[in-house]
Amino acid sequence: MTETHVKKSKAQLDAEFSELYRAHLRDVYSYAYYRVGDHHDAEDLTEQTFLQAYRHFERAQQESNGRPLRPWLIRIAHNLAANLYRDRSRKPASPIDENSNLTALHTTEQLVEGRDELSRVLAGVQQLPDDRREALIMRFALGMDNREIARAMDRTDGATKVLIHRAIKQLEEIVGDPRKEGRDE
Amino acid sequence: MSEAAHNFESLLREALTPVEPPADLVERLESTLTSITELAADELEAWELSAMRDPRNWVRPAAAIVAGSAAGAALVVLRARRRAAARPSGPLGVTLPHLDRAAAERTLRDLSRETRKLFGER
Repeated sequence: MTETHVKKSKAQLDAEFSELYRAHLRDVYSYAYYRVGDHHDAEDLTEQTFLQAYRHFERAQQESNGRPLRPWLIRIAHNLAANLYRDRSRKPASPIDENSNLTALHTTEQLVEGRDELSRVLAGVQQLPDDRREALIMRFALGMDNREIARAMDRTDGATKVLIHRAIKQLEEIVGDPRKEGRDE
Repeated sequence: MSEAAHNFESLLREALTPVEPPADLVERLESTLTSITELAADELEAWELSAMRDPRNWVRPAAAIVAGSAAGAALVVLRARRRAAARPSGPLGVTLPHLDRAAAERTLRDLSRETRKLFGER
């Protein structure tokens, strides 16, 4: 197969990036919010994600061959969040590690306005291992299909399907039996 | 899928409802993107994407680090919206949030590799 990349004008790239931004701002923010559990950090992550995306947009377009760019955006957000936590874990003075889960539960509880069942589900999501939690966020908050999630998480479609299945099973157990909260399988 | 599983997924979908970004974030982000492209026109005039392959070029002024070179000009749509709602504050391109610079730089390095991985393997 011969690859031909037509050089786009700056105006065209800008217009297309604007479309990407408008189409996926809520996705990126939702992912960031459920990932870090704090509106302030979610805002920062969202901002940084789009700035990084802007930098690499032309190249991503070329290499995507027309495939959706949402997994790429979410991957940027994921990497930023991972680096943020990695840096903060080296800085004991930062309060994020001690308070992020509490903040998340508090604010997400506000979102569901006291509906106990939903609050239990959200609390359970917070207890899941990172990869399972992220997969559920992508599936249910962002509505991504298995293929998109697989690309965002650098896994095969099959592995992603298994990951989501296990995440749901574990969450059902947590929600059904609160004593299991905090345990990994 | 059993009815119980279906119900639980419905519950999960309801719990993980998408979160609308705050209005001030939208405003700030659009302002930042517009400002950065304007800064980038001067700051990044000769800053080609290929230059980013050289790690020495990652140490740049903060605005350049995050600005990107893919387009370099204005985000026409966003700029038009910004003009419609001019802000009293100055350009926000250098008002980087508290994500620290080391994290941003590391992410930038990761991103080149990730982009190739993401689109190159499938």
